[in-house]
Amino acid sequence: MSESAVPLLLSLADDELVLGYRDSEWTGIAPMLEEDVATSSISQDEIGHAKALYEIVREITGAGVDDLAYGREPREYRCCWLVERPRHDWAFTIARRFLYETADDVRTEALVASSFEPLAGLMRKVRREEKYHLMHVSAWLDRLSESGEARPRLESALALAWPDALTFWEEIEGEDEFLAGGCLPAPSPELRRRWLERVERELAARGLDMPRAAGPEPPTGRGGARTGDFEPFWLEMTETYRLEPGATW
Amino acid sequence: MAVSATESEVWEALREVEDPEIPGLSVVDLGIVDRVRVDEGEIEVDITPTFTGCPAVEMMRREIELELSRLAERVRVRVTFERAWTSDRITKAGREHLRRSGLTPPPREGSIELQVRAKCPYCGSHDTRIENAFGPTLCRSIHYCNACHQPFEAFKPV
Repeated sequence: MSESAVPLLLSLADDELVLGYRDSEWTGIAPMLEEDVATSSISQDEIGHAKALYEIVREITGAGVDDLAYGREPREYRCCWLVERPRHDWAFTIARRFLYETADDVRTEALVASSFEPLAGLMRKVRREEKYHLMHVSAWLDRLSESGEARPRLESALALAWPDALTFWEEIEGEDEFLAGGCLPAPSPELRRRWLERVERELAARGLDMPRAAGPEPPTGRGGARTGDFEPFWLEMTETYRLEPGATW
Repeated sequence: MAVSATESEVWEALREVEDPEIPGLSVVDLGIVDRVRVDEGEIEVDITPTFTGCPAVEMMRREIELELSRLAERVRVRVTFERAWTSDRITKAGREHLRRSGLTPPPREGSIELQVRAKCPYCGSHDTRIENAFGPTLCRSIHYCNACHQPFEAFKPV
């Protein structure tokens, strides 16, 4: 069963790695010093989660962790489109983080019951850390939705991020197989339904409308199709690795 | 080279390895040593990180390997998440060390929430405020004491 879990593990890891790198772009230029520290810390958490997930893949396939993170071609990544978009303004960063963290919370909540123990164990740990991310984004959502210039910017950002957020729930390659084995305890459409309920409730509590746009067709990131934003990002993220693959630090 | 170290000798040796982010605090008092096995001149140690992304883990893993290589020919140190670290695993001595280092220890068996009024490690006052839930390392938050006007950090409950 563990071999069939690889596409799932890569989807989880690539989401965390790419969003971790994207948000780390705020280090030094966030709207305030506290956010320099917070965004850097959250990004470090996410990249750490990705590393631990790549470790599980390494145990299964023997591939090196750095090679998984930095040694693949763009089409070999399995992240959703939401995480690879540029950071835009602070409102977009918060809108994306809200949609992502809520989705990630629904997903990890299901995965603590995974029949694949290395994954279930890691998810139990990760959820304790992610709690801080949820508190952080919730406080920012409160603040930006209050009034003034921030609110319309947040609304536009949510609308912009929405179609890509839906790509989080695309079926993962081989999903039938790892569902049957209990590796993923609930199918993606069921998790997506739980997420939509959560998002609608959180937005309604702040008087915000639920975006209605549809997601892109045909399926996208989980199958390896990348947006035009990915390659420049990938070139930068993997630059040091590509200078000398296999170098140790 | 010792032929066969005992388990208690291994634990004693582990007390010599420190968390590089909190000088003087041993990996034992930090609570990251999950399991020690000694078998026929082979030592196996499982460690589990405080935070998954903690950049000090690999360094501590190597230092443990180096320290224990004095006791056995074969030493294997594994990083595992089988039994996740929680802040309750910091020992009493470890908590005291944190306090002396200007770091408020995490509340015991508390739920994961921000320490809005963390006890000041310098003057003991609870008249404090949280400045940032995130700090200089993944495991710390930043606070300010209104009583003694000192900024301080707290070890986050997790």
